[in-house]
Amino acid sequence: MAKKVALLQGNEACALGALYAGCDFFGGYPITPSTEVAEVLSNELPKNGGKFIQMEDEIGAMASVIGASLTGAKALTATSGPGVSLKQELIGYACIAETPCVIINVMRGGPSTGMPTGPGQSDVMQAMWGTHGDHAAIALTPASCQEIFEETVRAFNLAEKYRMPVQVLYDEIVGHMRERIEFPEPGDLEVVDREAPSVSPEEYKPYDSTKGQIPPLAAFGSGYKFHVTGLNKAADGFPTTKAELVDAEERRQIAKVMDNIADIESYEEYLIDDADVVIWAFGSTSRSARYAVNELRKEGIKAGLFRPITLWPFPAKRTAELAEQCKGIVVAEMNLGQMVYEVERVAQGKCVVVHEGRVDGEPINPGQIMNKVKEVI
Amino acid sequence: MAYDYEKSIRPGKLPHIWCPGCGHGIVMKGLIRAMDACELDRKNTAIVSGIGCASRLPGYLDCCTLHTAHGRAAAFATGVKMSKPDMNVIVCGGDGDGTAIGGNHFIHACRRNIDMTYIIMNNFIYGMTGGQFSPCTPTGDKASTTPYGNPDPIFDISKLAIGAGATFVARTTAFHATQIDKLIAEGIKHKGMAIIEVLDDCPTTYGRRNKFRSVTDMMKRLKDIAVPVAAASKMTAEQLEGKVLTGVLYKEELPEYTAQYADVIKKAQGA
Ligand SMILES: Cc1ncc(C[n+]2csc(CCOP(=O)(O)OP(=O)(O)O)c2C)c(N)n1
Ligand code: SF4
Ligand SMILES: [Mg+2]
Repeated sequence: MAKKVALLQGNEACALGALYAGCDFFGGYPITPSTEVAEVLSNELPKNGGKFIQMEDEIGAMASVIGASLTGAKALTATSGPGVSLKQELIGYACIAETPCVIINVMRGGPSTGMPTGPGQSDVMQAMWGTHGDHAAIALTPASCQEIFEETVRAFNLAEKYRMPVQVLYDEIVGHMRERIEFPEPGDLEVVDREAPSVSPEEYKPYDSTKGQIPPLAAFGSGYKFHVTGLNKAADGFPTTKAELVDAEERRQIAKVMDNIADIESYEEYLIDDADVVIWAFGSTSRSARYAVNELRKEGIKAGLFRPITLWPFPAKRTAELAEQCKGIVVAEMNLGQMVYEVERVAQGKCVVVHEGRVDGEPINPGQIMNKVKEVI
Repeated sequence: MAYDYEKSIRPGKLPHIWCPGCGHGIVMKGLIRAMDACELDRKNTAIVSGIGCASRLPGYLDCCTLHTAHGRAAAFATGVKMSKPDMNVIVCGGDGDGTAIGGNHFIHACRRNIDMTYIIMNNFIYGMTGGQFSPCTPTGDKASTTPYGNPDPIFDISKLAIGAGATFVARTTAFHATQIDKLIAEGIKHKGMAIIEVLDDCPTTYGRRNKFRSVTDMMKRLKDIAVPVAAASKMTAEQLEGKVLTGVLYKEELPEYTAQYADVIKKAQGA
């Protein structure tokens, strides 16, 4: 049977991807260019008995999402830069309290109000380091409407599996463009549900990692009584200041991501095998980069594209391999230099690393990238 | 026979962190008695708090407890209640937590009239951080950040709650301990947002800076300023100067938020 197809906006694809993943709670606050995610879900969620709430601000939205998640909901919020900045304290809360949730960031420029209707890719470091304290992060960066759908599903899966907040970042261009998308049938894409505790309520400890790095999370109201806090806590969920317990828990919460990079990582490569120059680009910029690769190849320049889909944890291993293999890496991103520092860090001087950025509200065009590539070789 | 509080308290969690003479423990006992009176199923009861001395309360109680971030309790609780409307949701926290950093969530939770019982322990100070002034520190009083006396006017929390749309608002004090559980129980039974403001004391950071020589002095003050609403109606404005009204200050039956949303679901499903 032919798959159902539709012409969808990126933000609509995100909302429908969330529903495919089983999202049953959305808490948000309107902000361009993300608002369509909320609009679609305000319409669709109640049809399935799900809940939509427009909160008083983004902090409240993030709080409501964590609260709902603790009752077992698959919970989502969607916003843009200013909203993500407001959410930061509670993103950290979701990290330490190990509460699954998904945060969509449709990126515009900035800082502050910036250019609300213009695209940007300048929140990528914030996605990793925005909240205070040591923590791991997972952030995904789709580059097409189809991929927004699929990566939103994967974001829920990773959030539920790793018990943590997962961010999906895409720029305004991808969020607002319309493309044909093919709807996956139920079962086509994996949908991960939260692991239920295998012990009785009496024995249950919400952070007991003796049976695995990621302890199962019970739901409030399901017979399990337990404590959740943003303080450093022991396996039983209660606050502790015991040095060895604090240290072990903090390290476990990072290790649960860093030990599983192979499972979390995702990237696409295009004409990379013989590439002298690798263009390292994500989101809408990667689409210009692909065009640039084709044009450069016509001119006899061996260019290739590396497109991270999982941005965090950083694709360090593969980027390091590419640095060994090629003469230069051009990091193209709609900011004045962010991921380029990570690429430089792992390239360790083995190849030239240069940056091509733009923050004037216009997309990075192929010509720009081609000129930069020609500077490298 | 002594009242059995222990069955509500998590084994091994006492002693609590509060200072001797702190009023928050009196409120906790009141809450336990209220939960007993309402026969709340602890497995189906979420107690949500922010940050502060008052906000440490949930950790002691054998329920589903959620100690969140400073000021955000009402918003977390909204997520819990929306997602599982059949859970009993109780919020507790301090005056600073609820009306300064959390003021926005507080008024909007009141406006929605979402079914929860919010116990706000007003000790007129930021206790946990060592006694900086809060939006409820009386004008002129000393706090660690008002060495010349507090220039700020105060929030009247109960009035704020009524103005914001809470449909049950009651106030009492830690001195009137036997009224605490009755008001909380009434709040729990009320379908909608119930705010229970309990004026209490922080001897450690507020009392000592404001010439209260003992906890007894602080309790005496709570006793003296409280005027039951019924009595107040017979008093002149002059007599009411410096007093606070106690008892049920406001009660109204209005559509509750999760019930309203259940209607949204029905409409969306074409009923
Ligand atoms: C975002 C943030 N800002 C500031 C603090 C510091 N802080 C912790 S508790 C507190 C005041 C608590 O006062 P209140 O809510 O009245 O509770 P009390 O301690 O008096 O019971 C403050 C300012 C914090 N934890 N988080
Ligand atoms: S500092 Fe004040 S509010 Fe905090 S426990 Fe001590 S007496 Fe209570
Ligand atoms: Mg206080």
